[in-house]
Amino acid sequence: MAEPLLRLADLRKHYGGLAVTDGVSLDVMPGEIHAVIGPNGAGKTTLIHEITGLVAPDSGQVVFAGRDITRLSRPARVRAGLARTFQITNVVAGFSALENVALAAQARVGSSFRFFRAATSEVALNEAALAVLAEVGLADRATVLAGALSHGEKRALEMAAALATRPRLLLLDEPLAGAGPEETARLIALLTRLKAAYTILLVEHDMQAVFALADRISVLVYGRIIATGTVAEIRGNAEVRAAYLGEDDA
Amino acid sequence: MRLREAWLPLLLLAALGIAPLAGFAASYEMTLMARMMILAMAAVSLSFLVGGAGLASLGHAACLGVGAYAVVILDAHGITDALRVLPAAIGAASAFALLTGAIAIRTSGVHFIMITLAFGQMAFFTAASLSAYGGDDGTTLYSRTELAGTRLLENRLVFHYICLGALALTWAACAMLLASRFGRVLRAARENAQRVEAVGLAPYPFRLVGYVIAGGFGGVAGFLLANATEFVSPAILSWQRSGELLFMVILGGVGRLWGAILGALVFVLLETWLAELTPHWKIIFGPLLVVSVLLLRGGLSSLVAPRHG
Repeated sequence: MAEPLLRLADLRKHYGGLAVTDGVSLDVMPGEIHAVIGPNGAGKTTLIHEITGLVAPDSGQVVFAGRDITRLSRPARVRAGLARTFQITNVVAGFSALENVALAAQARVGSSFRFFRAATSEVALNEAALAVLAEVGLADRATVLAGALSHGEKRALEMAAALATRPRLLLLDEPLAGAGPEETARLIALLTRLKAAYTILLVEHDMQAVFALADRISVLVYGRIIATGTVAEIRGNAEVRAAYLGEDDA
Repeated sequence: MRLREAWLPLLLLAALGIAPLAGFAASYEMTLMARMMILAMAAVSLSFLVGGAGLASLGHAACLGVGAYAVVILDAHGITDALRVLPAAIGAASAFALLTGAIAIRTSGVHFIMITLAFGQMAFFTAASLSAYGGDDGTTLYSRTELAGTRLLENRLVFHYICLGALALTWAACAMLLASRFGRVLRAARENAQRVEAVGLAPYPFRLVGYVIAGGFGGVAGFLLANATEFVSPAILSWQRSGELLFMVILGGVGRLWGAILGALVFVLLETWLAELTPHWKIIFGPLLVVSVLLLRGGLSSLVAPRHG
């Protein structure tokens, strides 16, 4: 069996007496789209913080591509190939869509400590950014200010910025949160396209979307993974139904 | 910056360039204009920090002061050549910015303002305790810095154009920096630091380098100010001066470098004109500043060139 791209090994995090992450172990295999689901308060957000570096776990390891990144800074994790999108839309509103992505492109190629040439006239950066914008279907919106884009477009722009870092793993934190039905359909179509090319760790509330997209699903309840398996296995798991699906799908 | 906007600051600079040739060559007029240009230069470098990097420093005058004190201290030790004094002034101001910025930039918002104010006050009291250089009373610069062995800086016209050149250079350099890859990171981090981290860059080193660069320009302004007034006292690095610089930036319009030039010119003109009208000019000046901030959201520059979108 291949090495997992991301391995969480017995992660633990306590806030006072509350175990928010209670011995989470999880493998994301190369090429798969692995979804983490769980009811509100299950500890999904803390788990994401531990993976991205905002919160340090009390114990346990985050291993990415064979390297222990548990203590690595957030930007260093991105440079290592672990890109993310945010639950709450996160773009530079005053930048054009193109410049948002070009920022990510320049972070990847060469140094950003360049003082002399106008960044907007760097053809290589712009072309790289435009190519990624095309990948997420925003090519014709390149010159629009990010703040003026629709919610769904901002979501797609965030994904474009993440893709422009050439990640080995995409961590998508509730990419469908706040999207209307039409936007959701469009974003799911986008995620389906991305699925072919990227390894994705998807944290999402929308069960229909998770069942449609995921190769494997891990269910997080009270800081513990109570089950990991294929969509069919998770749907059929009685414990999961009791803990989670019963609440949502009843 | 949009190209069609560039004619406005160029017009301002051209006006300053023509003024001595167009009848404004009296001693007090030249002194006033030199003061305008030097403060404008300091304000532009502060605008680079505030509007560009989002670092609202309330201690920028300290960098001016360090640069100015470098001039008088070196002069007292017989070092009077610009080739040595100017690099020393820039170096000292940059070093001050590096040491204080390394700590201050770890904070943000109100904390950043307060800590830069505190460092500024430390510099102020240090200057006031330099009894060898006049202490509270300050010290006179006996002769202006020499330029390659000549007393060229003593010539009012030459000094005028050196100040103008320095101002133009500061503006162009800051504009270039903000447009570069480096500046793009600064501008992005001002709006959304989390986004910058999410593409794999830590904002801290970029902000620190920006802070040091602005400090260096402040040092040049201090070098020129010492030579313009031929006198340096702790007042040059008081927090009131920092506040005035910040006000010039806001008056001109945050987010536009050349707004700081306009803000500085208007500020100094108003200050001078009102002081001629009445000894109680601050009673008029203060409320005027308050009203201008309330009414001019985008600063004076937005009156001349409204923002798009």
